[in-house]
Amino acid sequence: MSDAAKACPSLAELALTFNHISLVSFGGGLSAWSREVVVVEKKWMSEEEFLSILTMCRILPGANQVNVAIFVGAKFLGLPGAVAAVFGLTFLPAVLILLLGAAYFQYSHVPALQDALKGAAAGAIALTLSMAFKTGRKCLLGTVPWILFVATFFLNGILRWPLFGVLALTAPLALLWAWPKAK
Amino acid sequence: MKDEGLNLIHVLILFSSLSLLSIGGGNTVIPEMHRKAVESYSWMNGKQFADLFAISQATPGPSILLVTLIGYKAAGITGAVLATVAMILPAGILVYLVSRLWSRSADSPLRSAIEKGFAPLTVGLVLASGWVMSKSADHDWRAWILTGACTLLCTTTKTNPILIVGGAALIGWLGWV
Repeated sequence: MSDAAKACPSLAELALTFNHISLVSFGGGLSAWSREVVVVEKKWMSEEEFLSILTMCRILPGANQVNVAIFVGAKFLGLPGAVAAVFGLTFLPAVLILLLGAAYFQYSHVPALQDALKGAAAGAIALTLSMAFKTGRKCLLGTVPWILFVATFFLNGILRWPLFGVLALTAPLALLWAWPKAK
Repeated sequence: MKDEGLNLIHVLILFSSLSLLSIGGGNTVIPEMHRKAVESYSWMNGKQFADLFAISQATPGPSILLVTLIGYKAAGITGAVLATVAMILPAGILVYLVSRLWSRSADSPLRSAIEKGFAPLTVGLVLASGWVMSKSADHDWRAWILTGACTLLCTTTKTNPILIVGGAALIGWLGWV
């Protein structure tokens, strides 16, 4: 109890901390960096609390990192805390990406840039694929999860069904399968 | 000018609805963003979409800022701001409300069913994103080898993702892809 009180940050500290997390991490690395800062460095949360929040943030709609910022900010300072954390996380990166984007549309005809972007796209796609492998290794245990996984991939990726249609079909089946059995 | 106004309305509707549909993270709605931005609204071609995706992955910050770039291409700076806010706000409000309830519902069967049951769906959606992006980037066999090598590196080692994307960009710049 006294630990939590000691650790309670100010609005500015929340914004600055998430700004820091945001700027030192890239793409898939954000959850790992959030854990490093929130659990290890600042000791704002226990390992278990952070992990259960991370799972929840992955399930809920919205970018995972934004959701983590909301959970952490809201835990300490309610709505203002959540807003401060999200602002810190997104403001500077948004400015940065706009500058890069504007430069891209200005110079996208330069051949060397085209070549570099082609390589970067291959790397960026690799990050997404490897996230699928890493998380799949942990949760695709058994026949039903595999069927749910393949069906979702096939409908959304190959047949290009809209997401809403895919989830309307697969989410009820997933919940039915995962519902805790009555004792 | 009239086009820009219409685009702003489309940006607002598209991203505020995708916000609530982005279950499992922003990357899961990339196929849907691609469908709308490239095929329905013709804001850009598939190649440009793949390039913007690469830029968003190589920039620090949440990768969801891809929507900032799509909004910018569709309707300028106003579009960029509107897309970002529209993508964050609806889901953000929901997440805030849930964060207030979550700690009190540790024993609920719905919570454990959601935690366990949605995991395979999320993996399927993430893999679908990777698949759609590689089709959009119009990969040839050399790009596929590069993607494969980077995937292996990223899956089996703890290499910083920026090094992987940066290294791949360098290989492309040298003209090897």
